[in-house]
Amino acid sequence: MKYSAVSLLQQAFGGQRKWPPFVAPAKLNAHYDIIIVGAGGHGLATAHYLAQNHDIDDVLVLDSGWIGGGNTARNTTIVRSDYLLPASFALKNFALELWAQLSQELNFNLMYSPRGYIDLAHSDGELEHFMVRANAMRLAGATVDILNCRQIAERVPGIDLGRDARFPVSGALYQPAGGVVRHDAVAWGFARSASNRGIHIQQNCAVDGFDIQANRVVGVATPLGRIGAGKVFVSAAGATASLAQLAGLRLPMEPINVQAFVTEPVKPVLDSVVNYNAGLSYISQSDKGELVLGGATDGYLSQARRGSFARIEDTLARALQIFPFLSQLRMMRHWSGTADIPMDGNAIIGDTPVDGLIVNCGWGYAGFKATPAVGWNMAQYLASGKLPGLLQPFALERFSSGALIDDAGIGPYPWRH
Amino acid sequence: MTPASAPIHGATDVLLIPCPHCGERDESEFDYGGRAVLLPALDASTGEWHQALHLGNDSAEFADEYWYHSAGCERWIRLRRNLASHDFVNTGSNGPEEAN
Repeated sequence: MKYSAVSLLQQAFGGQRKWPPFVAPAKLNAHYDIIIVGAGGHGLATAHYLAQNHDIDDVLVLDSGWIGGGNTARNTTIVRSDYLLPASFALKNFALELWAQLSQELNFNLMYSPRGYIDLAHSDGELEHFMVRANAMRLAGATVDILNCRQIAERVPGIDLGRDARFPVSGALYQPAGGVVRHDAVAWGFARSASNRGIHIQQNCAVDGFDIQANRVVGVATPLGRIGAGKVFVSAAGATASLAQLAGLRLPMEPINVQAFVTEPVKPVLDSVVNYNAGLSYISQSDKGELVLGGATDGYLSQARRGSFARIEDTLARALQIFPFLSQLRMMRHWSGTADIPMDGNAIIGDTPVDGLIVNCGWGYAGFKATPAVGWNMAQYLASGKLPGLLQPFALERFSSGALIDDAGIGPYPWRH
Repeated sequence: MTPASAPIHGATDVLLIPCPHCGERDESEFDYGGRAVLLPALDASTGEWHQALHLGNDSAEFADEYWYHSAGCERWIRLRRNLASHDFVNTGSNGPEEAN
């Protein structure tokens, strides 16, 4: 059913009781051309684009939990593409182009709000690095600007730019096309579209193992029985490494806890996304009026999905330095998720040593913004067998060949990325 | 009343790291050194370095790790930790120098 004013009116006369199920319950087949493991944003986007762009609907999406219940629901909804290295920038900037039209395409309001992303620099050296990044982005076709303190103050009222601040601000990188997208709606919108086009989505069904014959994956084992598959695409964020182990693979990445926070809702005070770089604390205001905050990782390996108090204190202290008005607000909710961070801090996308087993993982805490771009390109790969140029740099082989994509130049220390 | 987020078995509200020299201390006193991976010789093959730098994650459940007690005894310690519950097991006092 297409959502419109007419359908809303029709359903109102039916007492709102006759809406079709959001995702149609599926009777599972014994075999699918493609099984997608992980019903988060990336997996569901891939399903949607397989159907929409390639007319492939012999697809099953499996999830051990529910639709968008993992890291898709745990991120802070920010989308942007301010990356220096060409591979990192190109994929995320393509995603920004897709975000702009997705609500119409999915017939579902994703609450896309390109309100502008402001990345604060705290020293002349850092500002100079931001100029390098801005120029690289301009050369690649993006609109981006460097703001001085006066321009920041005009754009972001309430910010403390005092020279006696602990970490004074010396300027900012500004990407107008950056902003926020409602994360749950992204998962629901893609799921609804995929389901409407005949793709099966099975929630609460974990994958217990892979059926691998002659080094080729031919099916998955689940509590509902074995399901045959032509190709298996694993896109399960923090769980991908454990799943890969079931197929006898070790992926070069580690699990690390990341936390986020929400204050009580207040009237509009902040109409941009602001990133405070001295130690990392980023903030935006949701449509409900809550201020949404996030920080760096907990700093050590963790599968706990439960954060360290030291990091909460640290992130909030930094947020208060830049926005003193936050001290008036109560923190209402706090949550955390397991980020899968590779040794060079960048995603792993593409083939594995097992034929037919394809992974998309290692997005750490930076995966949400790339959702539609990964879905679009992965669908093209699954349909054609030809890896699109935007995905090629992210191949697993880069770790053994040395072609790492280390945006921050940090080295093989995932907890520092 | 049951808390909204039930504590994981064995976990406390902060990570209490059992320093063999100082006893249990708050995580904020420590710097993290990552998994205790033995690095190969400088002239080892690319494959050996790849193995050590990128594939040292031998377990998703447990990790043998180095911690530096920077705000305490200023010694490197090596501990084994359950990554889901944060339980420490098999406490030892050998740091990287001794391990290597």
